Amino acid sequence: MSSEDLSILVIDQDQLRASILEDGFREAGYQRVSVLKDIDMIMKRIVEIDPDVIFIDLENPNRDVLEHMFQVSRTVQRPVAMFVDQSDTAMIEAAIDAGVSTYIVDGLKKERIKSILDTTISRFNAVNRLREELEQTKNELAERKLIDRAKGILMQARNLSEEDAYKLLRKTAMDQNRKVARVAESLVLTAGLLKD
Amino acid sequence: MPDQRPQKPQQTPITAGFMPLLDAALLIVAHEKGFCESRGIALKLVRETSWATLRDRMTVGHFDVAHMLAPMPIAAALGSGPMYAPMIVPMALGLGGNAVTVSNALFHEMCDYGAVDSGDAKLNGLALAKALAGRAAAGRKKSTIGIVHRFSSHNFELRYWLQASGIVPDRDIDLTVVPPPFMADALAAGHIDGFCVGEPWNSVAVERGVGNIVTTKSSIWRSSPDKVLAVGQQWAEQNRQALAALMQALVEAAIWCGNGANIEQLASILSAPGYLDQPAAILRRGLSGEMPFRRGGPIQKVPDFLIYDGRAATFPWVSHALWYYTQMVRWKLFTHSNKAIAAARQCYRPDIYRAALAGSGIAIPSVSMKVEGALSEPTIVSDGEFRLTLGPDGFFDGQKFDPDLIEDYIFAHK
Repeated sequence: MSSEDLSILVIDQDQLRASILEDGFREAGYQRVSVLKDIDMIMKRIVEIDPDVIFIDLENPNRDVLEHMFQVSRTVQRPVAMFVDQSDTAMIEAAIDAGVSTYIVDGLKKERIKSILDTTISRFNAVNRLREELEQTKNELAERKLIDRAKGILMQARNLSEEDAYKLLRKTAMDQNRKVARVAESLVLTAGLLKD
Repeated sequence: MPDQRPQKPQQTPITAGFMPLLDAALLIVAHEKGFCESRGIALKLVRETSWATLRDRMTVGHFDVAHMLAPMPIAAALGSGPMYAPMIVPMALGLGGNAVTVSNALFHEMCDYGAVDSGDAKLNGLALAKALAGRAAAGRKKSTIGIVHRFSSHNFELRYWLQASGIVPDRDIDLTVVPPPFMADALAAGHIDGFCVGEPWNSVAVERGVGNIVTTKSSIWRSSPDKVLAVGQQWAEQNRQALAALMQALVEAAIWCGNGANIEQLASILSAPGYLDQPAAILRRGLSGEMPFRRGGPIQKVPDFLIYDGRAATFPWVSHALWYYTQMVRWKLFTHSNKAIAAARQCYRPDIYRAALAGSGIAIPSVSMKVEGALSEPTIVSDGEFRLTLGPDGFFDGQKFDPDLIEDYIFAHK
């Protein structure tokens, strides 16, 4: 059996991430990749899939269920959480940092899964970064809106030009050692209070 | 609006993982009430969704300490499968706190065999045994009971109760693991017939009208252990002072949580979206021990349902660790050996508890083991500077566990 014949199972509630990971494995030449979104009927599926390696996202509450099944089942080979020995500590840490937990069938040589673990970690990290960027973009948009509203309030209340209103916000932020967006937020909130 | 002020420079950061359960209260309150901050500890709390992830993140050092099922550090010390970083238990996070709930259908069958409203472990255990026998005689498939983890207090107390009631766990029922937030759903959908879980998840099922509480941990074994503070052994050795400061803050939190006058505020703190994310009124039931056992049913007053403070509720009794050990052997999770006993024993660290909390104004037991189940009523065990009262701590079947006669106990259960 060549490395590419390894049977891989991905359990991830995040469908986008799961399909990105699946693509990664296929690109690398792995043919036997299965993806499960939830764990309904999982034992039956695991028997059918007979995976050598299982990846499950760390935030999945069903990890405890999965581990219990491995421990009590006699119908599947017993995959174990990948904390096998001290030599792969760095690898395991990288996986946990990325948010994925790995189970491998007892006795499977570590070298055989190194490349798929690498793929998993890098894809998980890539998706995490994407999510963070998306979150950041959302925040930046929200901040820009806040600053615009604060400028509008100042322009009206102090009869300032847009440029002067922004300068005043920026100066206040620098004096108070705060971000412009936070000063704008305070102003918008306070203005809201005064209105009522 | 987020606080932009910088942290005081002398604050030592400690990261703690927890699961959304009532007995995470000590960590949450120590943070929320400023008990950590005043001792120079910047406590960062991270909510988790599974015990497996809590354990893994302890292992790789994401968490310095964690709210953990008491048997988990012991199982890790005994070598439960793969290699995990060793953990120690320098204190407990309270006593009691969970219950057994069954489906409406199973409860009705139990009522035909004398089930009572009060949650009496003996009577309801017998009723359950007869109801299950009735199901077997009718050719129905085995009933399934949900637990939260193989190495949980729930698993061991449930098995203890079932076996002593005449039900052989591995023969007469199936035990399966279900994450606590899914218990009520699983019961409603008929995937399971009952479960043993910490509060508020029994009351959540009761409130939804899908389950009936039939007994409580306090009825099976009064004043019994459940969750502990697990600490990475290496971290503990390198941060002894910070650990002591954290433990002092947790004890202050225990005293605050144990004060009945604070129940409303405690329920409100815990109900926040970042913590338990459940209505305060539901949390209040477990906190006060005044809870309906079925929707619309009478309020049952459960003595010692959950104990945060007093009666050495935070002391890491080595006899508790050894009782868990006997149960792991009893249910064939580990083979009995002197080496294994020593590993279980060394996991619990009353020496750290004493060193950290001497002079903190609480009563500290002078011994580290006691005969479990020996006290039928509250008993003053020391009357020095701080009076210490222990018990009642009886098992529902009247048995006692003497940690000095551990092999007799194991043998008696064979």
